[in-house]
Amino acid sequence: MEAAQITPTRRTLPRGSGPRFADPVLQGVLATAAAAVLLLIGFFFVKLLIESKPAFEQTSIVHFVTGADWVPSQKLYGALPLLFGTLVTAVIALLIGVPVAIATALYITELCPRRARQPLTILVELLAAVPSVVYGLWGIFVMAPALLGPERAVNNALSFLPFFGGTVSIPNYFVTGLVLAIMIIPIVSAISREVMSTVPRDHKEAALALGATRWEMIRVAVLPYSRAGISGAAMLGLGRAIGETIAVTILIGNAAVIGKGVFTQGYTLAAVQANEFGEAAADAVHKASLIAAGLLLFILTLAINLVARYYVNRAETATSRSVPVGMAG
Amino acid sequence: MSARPVLPVVSSRRRLTDMLARGTTLGLTLLALVPLFLIVYCLLSKGLGAWSVEFFTSDPTGSFLGDPGGIRSAIVGTLIIVALASAFAIPLGIAVALYLIEYGKRSLFSNTVRYFVDVMTGVPSIVFGLFIYIVLVATQVGGTSYAAWKGAVALALLMLPVVARSAEVVLNLVPNSLRESALALGAPRWRVIFRVVLPTARPGLITGSMLAIARAAGETAPLLFTVAFVNGISTKVTDRMNSLPLQIFNDVGQPQDRLVQRAWGAALTLVLMILILTLLARLAQRRSRLQS
Amino acid sequence: MMPPDVPTERVSPEEGKERKGARPAPLRATAGVAARSQAVASPSAAPTARSMSLSKLNAFYGSSHAVKDISLDYAANQVTAMIGPSGCGKSTVLRCLNRMHEEIPGARAEGKVTLDDLDIYGPGIDVTSVRRAIGMVFQKPNPFPTMSIFDNVAAGLKLAGIKQADTKQVVEKSLRGAGLWDEVKDRLSQPGIGLSGGQQQRLCIARTIAVQPEVILMDEPCSALDPIATLKVEELIEELKADFTIIIVTHNMQQAARVSDTTAFFYLGELVEHAPTEQLFSTPSNPRTEEYVTGKFS
Repeated sequence: MEAAQITPTRRTLPRGSGPRFADPVLQGVLATAAAAVLLLIGFFFVKLLIESKPAFEQTSIVHFVTGADWVPSQKLYGALPLLFGTLVTAVIALLIGVPVAIATALYITELCPRRARQPLTILVELLAAVPSVVYGLWGIFVMAPALLGPERAVNNALSFLPFFGGTVSIPNYFVTGLVLAIMIIPIVSAISREVMSTVPRDHKEAALALGATRWEMIRVAVLPYSRAGISGAAMLGLGRAIGETIAVTILIGNAAVIGKGVFTQGYTLAAVQANEFGEAAADAVHKASLIAAGLLLFILTLAINLVARYYVNRAETATSRSVPVGMAG
Repeated sequence: MSARPVLPVVSSRRRLTDMLARGTTLGLTLLALVPLFLIVYCLLSKGLGAWSVEFFTSDPTGSFLGDPGGIRSAIVGTLIIVALASAFAIPLGIAVALYLIEYGKRSLFSNTVRYFVDVMTGVPSIVFGLFIYIVLVATQVGGTSYAAWKGAVALALLMLPVVARSAEVVLNLVPNSLRESALALGAPRWRVIFRVVLPTARPGLITGSMLAIARAAGETAPLLFTVAFVNGISTKVTDRMNSLPLQIFNDVGQPQDRLVQRAWGAALTLVLMILILTLLARLAQRRSRLQS
Repeated sequence: MMPPDVPTERVSPEEGKERKGARPAPLRATAGVAARSQAVASPSAAPTARSMSLSKLNAFYGSSHAVKDISLDYAANQVTAMIGPSGCGKSTVLRCLNRMHEEIPGARAEGKVTLDDLDIYGPGIDVTSVRRAIGMVFQKPNPFPTMSIFDNVAAGLKLAGIKQADTKQVVEKSLRGAGLWDEVKDRLSQPGIGLSGGQQQRLCIARTIAVQPEVILMDEPCSALDPIATLKVEELIEELKADFTIIIVTHNMQQAARVSDTTAFFYLGELVEHAPTEQLFSTPSNPRTEEYVTGKFS
């Protein structure tokens, strides 16, 4: 039986809902917001560069970075003491803070009882909730005086080493570095934890199944796998330590010199801005030099963060490798 | 008769190393927490003493000899500035995250934006203050040099990457099947976003925003040369305004006992505000997790 | 469940199996229709037919050619099943029917897909309009988690931008149409996700039909459901075809045999055979079809 062919009618679809331009408009608005982030960073850079130029008209860039005298009253703007202080405090912070942070990350992800995991995590994160100025307050009025005695003792005992010996002042590189260490523990720990939790279970089980103790399993399966990510985390901590301003300003003593010892006063790129900006309003070159210090700080932290984020991203998205490092053969 | 199987012995050296390692990591973890407890203890023991009705209801007098006054203007200032900064940063941050998740996905542009948002979280807070100083304060935008709203903008810049990052994580968790169902019903994408995606993500967005607010409330450096310091209370955002972190910073520098005590009291207030915000945020997060 | 005021021309299963051409279906004079623009071009023209057809459809995921040169007709008010082994392209074809395929980054489709005589991929066609006319029920039930049962059904209307004077009536009608009304009428304000799996799927069906589409696409709608829920949904499909054209993808051959009028068998992205269901399962013309339906591979 032949099916009667019925020509379907010309048909139209129900009208679309809402204005047709709404979607492109929304997409455009959101894309602009996203682009704004990139533009902002570029703009930061450009503006800082422009405003710091007056400083470089007086002091060449090389002299700015290597000059050892920062004496605004004599128009001397050598940022070396600032760089020195920034670096020394950051290194102390890393030396103390990173091992502790890794230890907490290890303990929380691999060793602690299940129930303790959440409370411990929250406690470590609470360290980050304390504002910088409160760390400074506590540091200068409680920590630094309390450490004076032990610092003196260590200073005298190790006075044959460089960077030790001489007088000990209450605000000094070491105390600053110590408080910085406490401040970077949360971020280094959090990222290390994230990285460690991506270790594939079968790597760990392979080690345990061979009769490894828990620590041996960590050494052989977890740590090598997380190495890149932990380095990234440490670098992020470094970036944080370098950029920290307020706690450092309170604790470092603000002496624009290259300190002779770990327990003497110093200065950092961030602290100099916090301290001197008020006075510098009148002096154009001084202001520009401070902005130059800010530019230098920006470049440093940008570079560190760019590299650190690369490592951390790679570690967090890495798929499992075939054989745990150290177990082959 | 078969001998009883004997399991290989784990050498005592290995056992010792294992125990040592466990002990060390535990010890270091507890060590990391010591400062937290110390700070809380100091805040309570030194700060509570400063608290009084006057403390919260009077402004700093700025005088070195007489009564130093309380911190009312600082509290009010912090509330205003942080609220303003949140009003800037939270919508903008969520907008960036929306773009990355809903439209950009894996394109080169959005990967670049994502990367730099992450990088931006590492920019020192003083650089934000410096930038706003150059762009808004030195140029006297709006007729004034220092102003509360300018400080709010600096804080907003600081909050932006934090909000964007956490919002992105939350929006990514919205199951794609929900978007598909809405699209299949004939909804244009903007309706899908506003009526399905955002409401579903709302609890997480709120948590992320509250954590960003808590972070901003404690920041001093961005306010240093954008809002500057003033003793009296002010509610005009075009004026200079006091704020808790600035107040504390100022008082720390003074060699006077009463001012230092005020600093502890103010610090306790600030930490309490931040703590409450943080805990509320975490509680909201847990509740929404239990519900879903 | 049927609109009481409109006469319906019922197609008997036998007639439907013989005829492959379009069958006219009556205009439904319900409130929702008034919100649409003219469904017919001229007053004297025949009413809408709601058939679909594919002509040389090709679909790609990036450079991967997933669906090759498919030409196929879907008869109006019939249930057409699409079956085939995993990865044969049947779900891709389904998603091309309501232009959901292109929502996947990098995916595109070429060829002609028509609803009656309208090429839905034509220039100037608004994709959201297409999706209002061609609805879809997904594999995993997914009611909107932040909405109540009532709001879920109404969401269809709200999202599609249909202004409704009497939402309550439409919601009730849709829930009845999905066979869910009696079970939920006392708890319409409860969250949609509080229902059982089978109820959630019927809620999604109610949500879909609230928008009054012409065609309903179903992507393995029962694979996440238990047997009793599956049975209920299959009975529902039998009732729904009076008002809608239904195209269902399923990997369950018994289901296809129970539920559909015609069946299309796909393999490796190509259409192998399309025939009335009884015929395809008992006397398939293509040897590969026979291998599949007799279970030699799956």
